[in-house]
Amino acid sequence: MTDTPDTAASIPEGEASRSAAAELDAVLRQRLGGFAPSDDRLAALHARFVRSAMDADAVDVAYRTVDSPVGRLLVCTTTVGIVRIAFDVEGLDTVLDRLAAVISPRIIEAPDALDTAAGQLDEYFRGERRSFDLPLDRRLSRGFQRTVLEHLPEIGYGATESYASVARASGSPKAVRAVGTACATNPLPVVVPCHRVVRSDGAPGNYRGGMAAKQTLLALEATS
Amino acid sequence: MLPFARVVEMHGATVWRVCRAVLDEHDTDDAWSETFVAALVAYPSLPETANVEAWLVTIAHRKAIDIARATTRRPQPVEVVPERRPAPPADEALARRDELIRALDRLPPGQRRAVVHHHLVGLSHAEAAELTGITSAAARRASADGIARLRLLLSPPDPRAPSGAS
Repeated sequence: MTDTPDTAASIPEGEASRSAAAELDAVLRQRLGGFAPSDDRLAALHARFVRSAMDADAVDVAYRTVDSPVGRLLVCTTTVGIVRIAFDVEGLDTVLDRLAAVISPRIIEAPDALDTAAGQLDEYFRGERRSFDLPLDRRLSRGFQRTVLEHLPEIGYGATESYASVARASGSPKAVRAVGTACATNPLPVVVPCHRVVRSDGAPGNYRGGMAAKQTLLALEATS
Repeated sequence: MLPFARVVEMHGATVWRVCRAVLDEHDTDDAWSETFVAALVAYPSLPETANVEAWLVTIAHRKAIDIARATTRRPQPVEVVPERRPAPPADEALARRDELIRALDRLPPGQRRAVVHHHLVGLSHAEAAELTGITSAAARRASADGIARLRLLLSPPDPRAPSGAS
């Protein structure tokens, strides 16, 4: 039966015809819902968009994720340098939302822009790299925290220093607690080695990625 | 304000549909990419209260129309329409999707836009009308006509119906 909605109701088989038409409409709606690009196509489109966006200098923060022995790391860069490294436990969306608010919402996932950083992190976690050679954007740390964090690379690979000793080196020997806070909120963990600052009694102390992550990093550096 | 990466993730498929309503697959890719680059550039100045999807739909439609105009000025390759359907459907859902896209491509441009905007992008007839610069009534009519035509194109031929001139 061809579809004749205007007259279908007046003929005896109207009921059957109407239900056939309704069935066809349901099929049509279902098919229209499928009118979408495939995931592969969207991924290819996205890669192309990222290239154009980078070429147009329209990206303020590029990010990628890197797998590591301390879980998935989020690595973010501005045009100045690496601005934020975050642990999985911090929540990828939470960290990106915060960057959108304090730096710029022009944030896109652009793995290629972070190839060098990802490569150096891989080498570090394999025990093949002892220091990082990456441009850093330190805009997320200010004042005393910045002073503390800038001192940290002076603590050598595999070595540790106490919070009190870092406080002395930062010119404020009484600011032990503030050193603890500065380290615990380091925006560039791993690369800026706040994990090498431990308590005077030898206990690891607070860490942005959790106590277990800090111990993993210390153990890695002790054996490599 | 959401990181732009989330905006692409949330609205990528909608932007693709809006572009595909006007363009073929290849030009749709260009329009999709251009839409998101233009949106990224302007994103920080978008008011917090703005409807991001509606904003993207407007940009996408404008980009698609620009590309469509440029394309019609280019000499067109002669398209050979295959009589036979492509290989038997390995994936039935995919085959049905391709069938639908072919049917949509056979609609007059106005009907195709109206169907996609209303039924796929989820715009009201008034919103679709505003986007394309026609009246709300015309958008509603074009959508209804398009759906009727799609039904004809997609319904299996009735074996009992007298076959037309073949």
